[in-house]
Amino acid sequence: MNFNKIYALGLRHIYLISNSFPRIIDLIYWPTVQIFLWGFISKFFTLSSDYYSNAVGIILTAAILYDFLFRVSISFNMMFLEEIWSRNFTNLFIAPIKISEIITSLTLTAILRALIGLIPAAILAIPLFGVSVFKLGIPLLFLLLPLYLFGVTLGLLVTSGLLRFGPSFENIAWASLFFLAPLGCIYYPIEILPDSLQIIAKGLPLVHIFEEMRNILLNNVVNYFDIIKSISISIVYFVLGVIIFYSSYLGAKKRGTLINMGE
Amino acid sequence: MFIQVKNLSKVFKKNLAVDKINFQIEKNKTVGLLGPNGCGKTTSIGMLLGLIKPSEGEIIIDNKNLKSLKRDDILARINFCSPYIELPKKLTVKQNLEVYGRLYGVKNLNERIIEISEDLDIKNFFERKTGELSSGQKNRVSLAKSLINKPEILFLDEPTASLDPDIGDFVRGYIQEYRSKHQVTILLASHNMNEVERLCDSVIMMKKGKIIDRGTCKEIIKKHGRNNLEETFLKLARGKDELQ
Repeated sequence: MNFNKIYALGLRHIYLISNSFPRIIDLIYWPTVQIFLWGFISKFFTLSSDYYSNAVGIILTAAILYDFLFRVSISFNMMFLEEIWSRNFTNLFIAPIKISEIITSLTLTAILRALIGLIPAAILAIPLFGVSVFKLGIPLLFLLLPLYLFGVTLGLLVTSGLLRFGPSFENIAWASLFFLAPLGCIYYPIEILPDSLQIIAKGLPLVHIFEEMRNILLNNVVNYFDIIKSISISIVYFVLGVIIFYSSYLGAKKRGTLINMGE
Repeated sequence: MFIQVKNLSKVFKKNLAVDKINFQIEKNKTVGLLGPNGCGKTTSIGMLLGLIKPSEGEIIIDNKNLKSLKRDDILARINFCSPYIELPKKLTVKQNLEVYGRLYGVKNLNERIIEISEDLDIKNFFERKTGELSSGQKNRVSLAKSLINKPEILFLDEPTASLDPDIGDFVRGYIQEYRSKHQVTILLASHNMNEVERLCDSVIMMKKGKIIDRGTCKEIIKKHGRNNLEETFLKLARGKDELQ
């Protein structure tokens, strides 16, 4: 892999963001709105019931982590869609870059975009609601890693769909995370789900990540087994995502869709 | 021969887009690829660019089969310009050339960007976003991108479509000049017969996925008893399929 080419692919998106102030605002706006929304909802729960005494911290931390996953995945999809919308797709695929370099660049740039949005929101939550996601300490990084991998995987699956079905697959890009959210047990324990859905949910890394987040916040204990499990499951999905992306690329070459992909 | 296409076919579902075409292009020659809309020109260029997988046949470039070549190795020696694809609209002209220069691994990139932008007279809108440019300006920027790596093989798909006569003439003149100064093999798909006569050493005529004629412009015009390439094109496009 050539890191100059990976940098060049990323540079295209860095220029895109830095050239447009509204884009920067857009990146920050949605995570902030999410934090405000969940902050006030959980504050209401706290005021209404003793049972939810820890609700603000747990729900808001969950919202921040979920938003990180969401931003990574959407950023990955958005960068790919930008190439389609700007009709630059063919130029990109005739440039001397490996598919692995495209994936690496999208993966690295996605975290940059996600962090631009999330860091201000996470910092805002400290004075507004007295909740700091940074209180999770070093284990926060272990929770972010599988979320990042899974976010990229979802991005890979959606972009594979774009390669396979064309721009009409765009709506799926937006819907993909909302579909997984209920099974991810982001705001509630897995026991809330019916037994049959619990089996499916356990196959996703999200359940293990958010269960562990609640465990750390409520019990102040880190269960490294759960963290390793979530990272391992995320890696499996990531590898599958890469395989599916490659097969979609080869399929697109067969169908000839790379040459006329556009709006 | 620098480029050899042997029995190349492409079938999309049940639609035969390209039907066992054979042609060769000598190094540093410009060949026109002509034919009515839907005759298989773009599909053929797509296969040569490695964007479309052929159903059958071989593409040999510089004595190496395209299948056996590493994607990034061969693509570093090629480039493509078409008004139907664009550069990112929100990036400035300079930013686009920088990004593509890096992707093509161009050495002394800043010097190359200055050189190509002076040649194509795009320096005065260097800092403007590409999406804000006129068609003629966009077209020159797109051409600059396609020459940024000094390609050995250049595919041009209707490079002067939708340009006014003045800018069209400038672009054609620039391609002529560039070709005389650099070692470049060009495959030009165009519907502008004057452009083809001016730029091409020989032409390949396609219809319904097949090559129906080939030769120098003069040879083809003479063979079909017409006065110019436009009339010859109309005869071939409207008439019964002719054998090669």
